Amino acid sequence: MPQSADKILDHEKLFREPEYAALLEKKKQDFEFGHTAAKVQQVCDWTKSREYQDKNFAREALTINPAKACQPLGAVFASIGFQKTLPFVHGSQGCVAYYRSHFSRHFKEPTSAVSSSMTEDAAVFGGLNNLVDGMANAYSLYQPEMIAVSTTCMAEVIGDDLDSFIKGAREKGSIPKELDVPFAHTPAFVGSHVTGYDNALKSVLTYFWDGKANAVPALERVPNQSINFIGGFDGFVVGNIPEVRRMFASMGVEHTILCDPSDAWNTPTDGQFRMFDGGTSKAEVENALNAKATVVFQEHSAEKTGKYIAGKGQEVVFLNHPMGVGGTDQFLMEVSRLTGKPVSKELELERGRLLDAIGDSQAYLHGKKFALYGDPDFLLGMTAFLLELGCEPVHVLSTNGDKDWAVKVQALFDASPFGKDCKVYPKRDLWHLRSLLFTEPVDFLIGNSYGKYLERDCGVPLIRLVFPVTDRHHHHRFPTWGYAGGLRVLVSILDEYFEALDLNTGDVGKTDYSFDLVR
Amino acid sequence: MSLTVEEAKKRNQEVIGEVLLAYPEKTAKKRVKHLSVFDEGKTDCGVKSNIKSIPGVMTIRGCAYAGSKGVVWGPIKDMVHISHGPVGCGQYSWGSRRNYYAGRTGVDSFGTMQFTSDFQEKDIVFGGDKKLEKVMDEIQTLFPLNKGISVQSECPIGLIGDDIEAVSKKKTKQFDGHTIVPVRCEGFRGVSQSLGHHIANDAIREWVFDKADGKHPQFEGTPYDVAIIGDYNIGGDAWSSRILLEEMGLRVIAQWSGDGTLAEMENTPKAKLNLLHCYRSMNYISRHMEEKFGIPWVEYNFFGPSRIEASLREIASHFDDSIKQGAERVIAKYRALTDAVIAKYRPRLEGKSVMLFVGGLRPRHVIGAYEDLGMEVIGTGYEFGHGDDYQRTTHDIKDGTLIYDDVTGFEFEKFVEKLRPDMVGSGVKEKYVFQKMGVPFRQMHSWDYSGPYHGYDGFAIFARDMDMAINSPVWGLLKAPWKS
Repeated sequence: MPQSADKILDHEKLFREPEYAALLEKKKQDFEFGHTAAKVQQVCDWTKSREYQDKNFAREALTINPAKACQPLGAVFASIGFQKTLPFVHGSQGCVAYYRSHFSRHFKEPTSAVSSSMTEDAAVFGGLNNLVDGMANAYSLYQPEMIAVSTTCMAEVIGDDLDSFIKGAREKGSIPKELDVPFAHTPAFVGSHVTGYDNALKSVLTYFWDGKANAVPALERVPNQSINFIGGFDGFVVGNIPEVRRMFASMGVEHTILCDPSDAWNTPTDGQFRMFDGGTSKAEVENALNAKATVVFQEHSAEKTGKYIAGKGQEVVFLNHPMGVGGTDQFLMEVSRLTGKPVSKELELERGRLLDAIGDSQAYLHGKKFALYGDPDFLLGMTAFLLELGCEPVHVLSTNGDKDWAVKVQALFDASPFGKDCKVYPKRDLWHLRSLLFTEPVDFLIGNSYGKYLERDCGVPLIRLVFPVTDRHHHHRFPTWGYAGGLRVLVSILDEYFEALDLNTGDVGKTDYSFDLVR
Repeated sequence: MSLTVEEAKKRNQEVIGEVLLAYPEKTAKKRVKHLSVFDEGKTDCGVKSNIKSIPGVMTIRGCAYAGSKGVVWGPIKDMVHISHGPVGCGQYSWGSRRNYYAGRTGVDSFGTMQFTSDFQEKDIVFGGDKKLEKVMDEIQTLFPLNKGISVQSECPIGLIGDDIEAVSKKKTKQFDGHTIVPVRCEGFRGVSQSLGHHIANDAIREWVFDKADGKHPQFEGTPYDVAIIGDYNIGGDAWSSRILLEEMGLRVIAQWSGDGTLAEMENTPKAKLNLLHCYRSMNYISRHMEEKFGIPWVEYNFFGPSRIEASLREIASHFDDSIKQGAERVIAKYRALTDAVIAKYRPRLEGKSVMLFVGGLRPRHVIGAYEDLGMEVIGTGYEFGHGDDYQRTTHDIKDGTLIYDDVTGFEFEKFVEKLRPDMVGSGVKEKYVFQKMGVPFRQMHSWDYSGPYHGYDGFAIFARDMDMAINSPVWGLLKAPWKS
């Protein structure tokens, strides 16, 4: 009997006990009517071949293990970045249950959002009643200062008109006439979660700047010296936004973070559940119109928002998730250019320290081959950082990055001797990447928790730097941006490198050499 | 502070009254029907159920797709399940339910993979049937060892008028009778996951059973053949159940659907008795097998030694003396283990109170396991239960238990605030809310990444986990020492 009260075996060990091993084997032999072990092995080997890769890359319709999610997820992310704002997703209720679970598994935090719970009758008659009742209920329970509406694909397919529905809700008195309700159509069959972030963020700005859906006069822009910062969809937002604030403060830059969920997803355990915490206030949103310029840290997360802001007369600087030394240099110099304030001594010191760390460790990273996947902007920033470390980002793959994005990645390759043998893969998924990892192996993989299946299948160590990270705890609490963030990313890579090296040399009697105490 | 039953009832009624005040009148009138205090002797829990969730109240429920793909079909390991529609549904439900299986993923098993037709605008406008055909072709090319394909419909499919049945039939023919199952589990159907279970059950009947004749001639039946129905092998639950059934002399010919295969499903009509764990999600197919194939079914409960013992005897009562003796043998064999587990943990957990809110069978089935540890369930409710679930629940709950059907985020928070249980068992969306409040919590869908909890081996883990949650030193540190 494997289990005992003294030493309780978890699933990890329990099912490897002889009783269970026999049980599983018998089930397989007697009842599963599966393929022979030889056949399974043969096909397994075949999936690693070049021939399989060609068939795999010839796919036109099937997506397997994608590295993207749908628009409303990004919309909920953006909505949570505003003060006392309740995300309200109009459509089927299961979607909202999914977004909430997905965020909670990553952030290990509550995620509050409501649905208008549309069902068959709403599919036929439209979801007006659901939205009207839903607003009334959500408002009376939670008294949010703002309800930010987005849509699931159901509401989009049947063509519900949010603008008129929300007006209807006001007229019927389900919410106070003056309650702020920005809204965005976020069809899941267009773009990805970063598109949803963009649409939702733009809807908030449009709502406040352009007269609250024709309820009040549009705001007049009175330019000032402040800078707006838009971070984009970012799994490390809890660590990154405070880091950005710190950098701005260090340079004395007056700034507004447009969309800041870093407190909402970082609440303390002190006996009180905070449904809302922190976030960009309405006053900040309104004042942001007057800013001198806006820095968009992730272009693909705020393409439309950025264009809209530029149309108001602000200078908008689009960055692509700058990381590491060169990336952070670029970010800070842009801020310095826009504000006329020099990069602070404090940040200079941090730059030197990051460089110091890279110098100490460069021998271990030089020439190492990487595969990486994730959102388009992250990949641009990470690729540049890897090249700067002397690494080779051999496979750079995105499911939601398109051809234009690929051109930008290629330009990074072309500008570095380490990019010579590297290739970019737009609109591909992790099953494509699996083939690549077999036919053109690399030393390390950078991705999210879904990458652990690749780590296992292809034997390539995974470094988790992409949303969602659901099987490691608390990494998201630390920044990956700025020089300080660069240091953390560097250490993540080095840790994985040294772990892998120890694992590969830890075979007593075989590789007692190379198992070095000092490195 | 321990209340008498009458005091608890009064307090619970007051709490219900308080939460209802927060709603608009129209909503309060609806919600009042879902909240109740159990009166012993009644044949149900006094709540309405399986009714549409109210918009805007942060229901914990999911959708029909979650019920079909996430629960019933997804765990069938040797089939490829297509999340048909936009990318999100498949992405969020990818690998998160912990349906353990043994197999070579990506080669002969596909459980922890996400296959999607990733609908784009043109697919909505022009229809997705052509794309679906191509998706199936590509599956056949890249995964030649798959035993079948299921099409798990997402919301748009039913709205744009796609004919996934026609595509499935056409492709079955083209692939020499390959099993292809279209499932109409669009998320907007019904009021929760529950209709998805039903639709998924119906799809098995229509697209698996009706086509299974003569498929496995090598299968030889015995008088002791049973099938485990409604165990999703979360953290290995079905395995720690199966071991007991086999030890008592039964032959488990199929697992539905955790670690399940298409062949096991196809052979289930050859069972002598169906053993039904999750009544809610798989009673439909059990009733069908009873009507069509004359297979009786029996509900059982493998949480905690008291219920396991009763269930083993109940199951054995359907067989001859050798099995009855087998059941006694198994009970005797594990008694030392359960006694030791209880001796170790009961003193640490005695008198502790629990509030539950889960799906399927758990709001009632786990109560016995808590009671075996000396704990008391003071509130419970179903995410997507029906009237028959609440009737069954009356056998498990105590007089005065607070009952909440399809509880809203607001209600659950207030109930826990007022009743201050020693722990809460619910899902990941609820976990961090209550932990912030300083209330120990275990996820009772995913076993909080632990498990198995079924069977005797699972009970040891269950007891250890409850102890860990409640007696963790972290809850003693909530108040900073400088705060008076």
